[in-house]
Amino acid sequence: MKFSTLVRHIREGVKNVFRNGWMSFASIGSIVVSLFVLGVFMLLALNVNQWADQFDSQVQVNVYLESEIGQSKIDELKTRIGNIAEVKQVTFVSKEEGLEKLREDLDEDVKGALDGYKDSNPLPDSFEVELFDAQQVSYVAKQILAFNETDADKPIISVKYGQGYVEKLFRITNAVRNVGLVVVAGLAVMAMFLISTTIKMTILARRREIGIMKLVGATNNFIRWPFFIEGIVIGLAGSGITTALLLYGYSQLIASTHYNMGLMMIEVVDMNKVGWLVGGTLVALGTLIGVWGSVVSVRKHLKV
Amino acid sequence: MIEMHDIWKTYPDGTPALQGINIVIDRNEFVYVVGPSGAGKSTFMKLIYREEVPTKGQLSVNGFNIGKLKQRKIPYVRRNIGVVFQDFRLLPKLSVYENVAFAMEVVESPKRQIRRRTMEVLELVGLKHKASSLPAQLSGGEQQRVAIARAIVNSPSVIVADEPTGNLDPETSWGIMKLLEEINFRGTTIVMATHNKEIVNTLRKRVIAIERGTIVRDQQRGDYGYEV
Repeated sequence: MKFSTLVRHIREGVKNVFRNGWMSFASIGSIVVSLFVLGVFMLLALNVNQWADQFDSQVQVNVYLESEIGQSKIDELKTRIGNIAEVKQVTFVSKEEGLEKLREDLDEDVKGALDGYKDSNPLPDSFEVELFDAQQVSYVAKQILAFNETDADKPIISVKYGQGYVEKLFRITNAVRNVGLVVVAGLAVMAMFLISTTIKMTILARRREIGIMKLVGATNNFIRWPFFIEGIVIGLAGSGITTALLLYGYSQLIASTHYNMGLMMIEVVDMNKVGWLVGGTLVALGTLIGVWGSVVSVRKHLKV
Repeated sequence: MIEMHDIWKTYPDGTPALQGINIVIDRNEFVYVVGPSGAGKSTFMKLIYREEVPTKGQLSVNGFNIGKLKQRKIPYVRRNIGVVFQDFRLLPKLSVYENVAFAMEVVESPKRQIRRRTMEVLELVGLKHKASSLPAQLSGGEQQRVAIARAIVNSPSVIVADEPTGNLDPETSWGIMKLLEEINFRGTTIVMATHNKEIVNTLRKRVIAIERGTIVRDQQRGDYGYEV
């Protein structure tokens, strides 16, 4: 193919979008509608995912130590725990700090109840262990508890991570994540189907034109190229409009949650975290479907 | 130029269309193909521009063995055959100029040459001033002129015209015939299927009559031969 012919195909492809005004409008419209729904659910899923992560990250392992095991043993344990691959961070909490934390969690009027324990603190020293992946919590807890077996002093009284409770939490957060994934995947398939059907219809209407082109002696590739370009243009236009609408709407949402829900624990996912992901996915998907829809349906009509 | 030896055509549904056609059409001839509806005229025409393949027999156009042509070679053969139809078959969303230029873009002619040659043939068919109109804005006769301009723009050796005047009033039809005669005069073979008795009887040419799939008459400067 000559370069000038390629230029001709691109020019014709773009012109065809305008020549087939209503049909192009219908195709772009169906792309916008279906990708918009998909995009909304993607944003929703991403937010739910972040909330689930937030719940998960609040899970930590508390390791309670025997009293009077000595600073060197504490340091040794801290190093050993820190060396477990899944552990992100180990913080030593002395029994004084533990009491202080307890006080902070209590209501104003009952705080006095703890005053009597200042000199005879019943709390043990402890480590707070944070994990990279909260779901590994029971596995890590077992590993830490196992230190007792190799140590004659048995320095660890107990390892607590909200047994029973966290398993339930993980089951819920995992379910939420999976449902989000399934819904988004389902919507993606639906969007592809809807859009390609619309594009097929617009090309069906041009079946006659394809027949005429063949009678004049156009090769299949010569006919196919402008349709291919047209598919790209329609896909880009549709997904571009969708992305603009969606991200503008989302930025408005973020702005309004700043005012209304500023004090709430749950935060909306940041724009620059999702903007590229959602926009990129939609544009890639839209363009792909545009091209695929036009190429597949042209092929059907080429045998004239 | 066009040679058929014992050509048979049976459609997949079992309808026999042509039954043993033998014919030679030479360079620069002007041939009318006449006969009742459903006698096989259209099939005869379609074989020449390779819209249909013969079930049996040997068919060559411009030296190409059309019957044995590979699918992807078809476009290249069609570029040397201009086709004109009763229903014009113009691309509805392209202007007159673009419709004619399309045939030249297909053969990847240089842009300047496309411009020059397209305007040249539009002038020949008398539609230079309508170059930017859309087909729907033209009368039937004008649309057929555009179709003829498109058919001749690549200077093919044969024009296949399937009832080119079928949708036109008598006066317009004569204009189209003048144009076809002019094109034939310049050296292009013309094969034209028609039902127009007046044209065949007035503008005398070779007449091939097809009935029930066979050639029943082949006559130089013949007449139409059927009562309308």
